[in-house]
Amino acid sequence: MNLRLPSGTRDVLPEEMAERRRIERALLDTFAAAGYGEVSTPELEYPETMELGRLTAPYRVTSDSGEELALRADMTGPIARLAATRYADVAPPLRFSYSAVVHRSVSPGKGEARELLQAGIELLGVPSPEGTAEAITVLSHALEAAGLAGFSIGVGDIALYPSLLDDLGVAAEEQAFLLDALEGRDFVAIAERAGSLGLDAESASLLGDVPAMRGDASLLEADGVLGERLAGLRSVVGALDSRVADRVIIDLGRFPRMGYYTGAVFEVYDPALGEPIGSGGRYDELLTRFGRPLEAVGFAVDVDRLHAAIAGEELGETGR
Amino acid sequence: MNRFGLTIAVPRGALLEPSLDLLDRVGIETAQVRGNDRRLLFEDIGVVTMRPSDVPTYVEAGAADVGITGKDVLQESPDRQLFELLDLGFGECRMVVAGVEGEDRGAEALRRLGVVRVATKYPRIAAEHFAGSGRQAEIVKVAGSVELAPLTGLADAIVDLTATGRTLEENGLVVREEIFTATARLIANRVSLRVKSAEVDGLVEAVRTAAG
Repeated sequence: MNLRLPSGTRDVLPEEMAERRRIERALLDTFAAAGYGEVSTPELEYPETMELGRLTAPYRVTSDSGEELALRADMTGPIARLAATRYADVAPPLRFSYSAVVHRSVSPGKGEARELLQAGIELLGVPSPEGTAEAITVLSHALEAAGLAGFSIGVGDIALYPSLLDDLGVAAEEQAFLLDALEGRDFVAIAERAGSLGLDAESASLLGDVPAMRGDASLLEADGVLGERLAGLRSVVGALDSRVADRVIIDLGRFPRMGYYTGAVFEVYDPALGEPIGSGGRYDELLTRFGRPLEAVGFAVDVDRLHAAIAGEELGETGR
Repeated sequence: MNRFGLTIAVPRGALLEPSLDLLDRVGIETAQVRGNDRRLLFEDIGVVTMRPSDVPTYVEAGAADVGITGKDVLQESPDRQLFELLDLGFGECRMVVAGVEGEDRGAEALRRLGVVRVATKYPRIAAEHFAGSGRQAEIVKVAGSVELAPLTGLADAIVDLTATGRTLEENGLVVREEIFTATARLIANRVSLRVKSAEVDGLVEAVRTAAG
């Protein structure tokens, strides 16, 4: 008799479940108080829907009638589908929240989860900076409500580095190399290549330095080419109230080339956990793929990682 | 804890000496690490020691904020979620394809059998190198003493890291192809990089200065 579970999946027993529910409740209550309506969508979608949402679903099943179905890999695609169909005639802005299990592939030997419980929001039809600032604010309030104390929200702009490469006239294939290295977090390769592009010294060091630039809002006061390209982030941070702004780390090197992001991207860090707790960003073009062109922003919090970070803070592991 | 306020993962083995030399130069007194090759955790100077291939694991999980490891180790697991901050310049080695002296048995196997058997501690690098050059290779993973494989007929060739080439030479092996050159790298955890940005930048600056 085989009673094992697939790797990367697990049962949740009552003690953990109670804590997890409390955290989930705090997040959802914050979303609701901010005007977000909670929705539920099917675990099963057509694979094409996930692909329209720029995500390949790793788990596919054949239904009893022979149709190919996919386990959803995120909630952004399904909510885009929902907005384009059920809300086709409703005037924006649209505000949705969810707490749902999504299904991911895992790399062996790293203890990754195949099933993630994500709680998040999608805000459709409110452009940057207002929409982005609202999402970051809701994120910050929700984490505080859940009981996380020491977190920061790293905020970057996925369009920043590609625009700088354009501004400085870097050739397409060199751009591809540098963006791959940026996505791969390899500052060594970036600095080497930036130095060999034949650019003037100032431009070369700018391309080498920007990926590692992170810190408080004073970073946004840069001048020159960089300063011009930071206007978008400046307006987002400027729209935050000071309690939220104090949580923000400006991170000019963040480049999650994950499918659909178009502008500001953000990620939650806590000293008590070695990995990010949640992430989000703007996806101003995705809804167009679903036939409902609306600028949008959203985020998802990994509830189990949030739980681990809260537990870590309680254990006083903040030195890690 | 050290003056940077960072937990540093330091590799044992060939990279240990030059890594400790570097830490000494940036003001972390490592005499106690040199004096004790069994202890693994040196909390008062914020140093943990481990096999080089485990350094990315500790840094990725945040058990260490930063670490020192070889580019070879990073190439072998490129999907790790960590930042590569600096080329430290020391520990230079070449990743090579090597085989028994004389007739090239790997090429012979490819010509006659269409596939070459390659023994290695670096299955991913080896597989990518052969696939990237359009040759079919059967990768045999071994944990150590890779040089033995072609001598006993386990494999036609090996993919391994060599610094001086002496071990290859003593076992009657010659380098057939060079894949890349690897040096030691300073790597960082993705959360530490953001929430301890001043600390990480302080270390990077000190290391740059120390390296001249």
